[in-house]
Amino acid sequence: MADRTLYEKIWSSHVIRDYEDGSSLIYVDRHLLHEVSTPQSFLAMEEKGRTLHRRSANLAVPDHAVPTVDRHKPIADPLARAQTQRLIENVARHDIPFIPLDDLRQGIVHVVGPEQGFTLPGITLACGDSHTSTHGALGALAFGIGASECGIVMATQAIRQRRAKTMRVTVTGTRAPWITAKDIALTLIARIGANGASGHAIEYAGPVISAMSMAERMTLCNMSIESGARVGMIAPDETTFDYIAGRPLAPTGEMLERALAYWKTLHSDPGAVFDREVTIGVTGLAPVVTWGNSPEDVLPIDGCIPAPAAEPDATRRGRRERALSYMGLSAEAPIEGTPIDAVFIGSCTNGRLEDLRAAAAIATGRKVAPGVRAIVVPGSGLVGRQAEAEGLVEIFRTAGFEWRAAGCSMCVAMNGDRLEPGQRCASTSNRNFEGRQGAGGRTHLMSPAMAAAAAVTGCLTDVRKLVGAEA
Amino acid sequence: MKPFTTIESHAAYLPATNIDTDIIFPARYLLLLDREGLGQYLFRDRRYEDDGTPVPDFVLNRAPFTDAKVLIAGSGFGCGSSREQAVWALTGHGICCVIAPSFGEIFASNSLKNGLLPLILSEELTADLGARAKIGAIFTIDLQNRVLKVDGEAVAPIDIPEDQRQALLNGWDETDILVKEEGERIAAFEQSHRAAQPWLFLETRL
Ligand code: SF4
Repeated sequence: MADRTLYEKIWSSHVIRDYEDGSSLIYVDRHLLHEVSTPQSFLAMEEKGRTLHRRSANLAVPDHAVPTVDRHKPIADPLARAQTQRLIENVARHDIPFIPLDDLRQGIVHVVGPEQGFTLPGITLACGDSHTSTHGALGALAFGIGASECGIVMATQAIRQRRAKTMRVTVTGTRAPWITAKDIALTLIARIGANGASGHAIEYAGPVISAMSMAERMTLCNMSIESGARVGMIAPDETTFDYIAGRPLAPTGEMLERALAYWKTLHSDPGAVFDREVTIGVTGLAPVVTWGNSPEDVLPIDGCIPAPAAEPDATRRGRRERALSYMGLSAEAPIEGTPIDAVFIGSCTNGRLEDLRAAAAIATGRKVAPGVRAIVVPGSGLVGRQAEAEGLVEIFRTAGFEWRAAGCSMCVAMNGDRLEPGQRCASTSNRNFEGRQGAGGRTHLMSPAMAAAAAVTGCLTDVRKLVGAEA
Repeated sequence: MKPFTTIESHAAYLPATNIDTDIIFPARYLLLLDREGLGQYLFRDRRYEDDGTPVPDFVLNRAPFTDAKVLIAGSGFGCGSSREQAVWALTGHGICCVIAPSFGEIFASNSLKNGLLPLILSEELTADLGARAKIGAIFTIDLQNRVLKVDGEAVAPIDIPEDQRQALLNGWDETDILVKEEGERIAAFEQSHRAAQPWLFLETRL
């Protein structure tokens, strides 16, 4: 057989049939559900009198709209309460495995799936959420879908799609301290553009990726959608297998042995041809932040805001001008030192234990700057418990950060955690779109350590300067 | 889904690139449980002031574009969040076709599930059509004959895969087709998949 890419291997092992028009019907092994994207999916399924295809292919958890405070009380916002209640009723009616809000395992779908062993190498996984690409970090073919498609997947366990083109992103070089997966993801998006990988499935490869922890791999795959790619993936290796072993829903014993034998075949063959190859060298990279309203608007922290006049294309020049005015920034000014009002550490991009450790390392012995509101939201209750056990929660509280219960929180600002108009936020989330963290709010994306550094200085800060040369 | 019929309408032009689904439909309205009635939230934060007064120079607030059925936009339209509400807001407002040089992928597939045609044309042609839209040209989207006309003159073929064209023209529901026509194939696939990777079929006990 000809040499194949990882994507092609997983894709072809899930094709139920190929149609003449070039699309295929593919089998979906796993479906993750949350409260926001599924009410209409259940309605559509039930209107037609259809039933759920296979119970154990599904896992549901509320995350987007849930409050991160006062979790022992009923949800205060009537709309959020109704939506969460709707999920409870829907999953009960179809006997879908469900993690309720008061369960320690509750959290953001993309943190919970891998954490519970629901996400496995070689599977197809769908969820009504664009950051489903996160799960590709385990060597899964995972992609976001819309609410109608969620209904289709629930009823049939299948979906009609076109095979994506493939793009390999090879990451080479030596990372300096404080250069995280987030910096690499943003650097890639800046390089290829917010639509640069549109129509492609990205595979991340190379020595820097092999050396990454699972949390970092998830950060990287998570951000794939911000370059337009529906899918980001990394070939499973010993790091992956170690991560999976012992997770509650992962196979054990002889079943695990069989699975491992298969999972070890899941890598791009040496002669596999990608439609596109991109190489990112990380040597000499500085920590980056975004300045505008697209994740491609990236600057090294020691850089200056680009001038619209320098952009020859009129449409892009217009977008830059609009972004500068929305963000309240001046062309050619240094980004470092820009005062902030808020800090958000969390989300499916950077709400895992290692992210909290990195932020806590900066918060240790320091205080949140006066006038800055900084919140830390763990990606799941289990992440939160571990953070508590390691003393991170104590560090955050002592430093003046608010410690919250798990959920999407200020990444999408649906649950009451949001910016006021004009407020500026150093955020570890994934989108700096206009109004993303609240109407009129201004978002700068960055790594957890950089966000923590901003919290303690009150402005966008080069974490390397803060900790000094010793780090 | 309603069958897609030939459209004749003004076109509203939003030249910006990367108009994401948060701009099309702000997240705070995702708490609503319905698919209907979302047209009022379309481009909410660009179309209206905080107090609900219309922003006078936003294209959908200006005659004759208030009831345009065609939207022309820059590349990357519908990037970002997978929220299908972005499509429901567009169709709820009466938009039947969006023309852009590229689309967010999930947005494009959501569109096709809801009778909204995402039409990809070159950057140059899109800008050219945008300029004509601005001065009030009438756009004809004739999906039956695969042709886009401006003021009665053919300007581009409508080049979309035949299955998608048929689904739009006939108003087909994809699940209906899967359930009716593919049930046996899905079951057969599942059986052999289960034999090959039995660890994927363990019963979930939380
Ligand atoms: S944390 Fe943000 S990006 Fe991730 S699933 Fe929640 S809302 Fe979406």
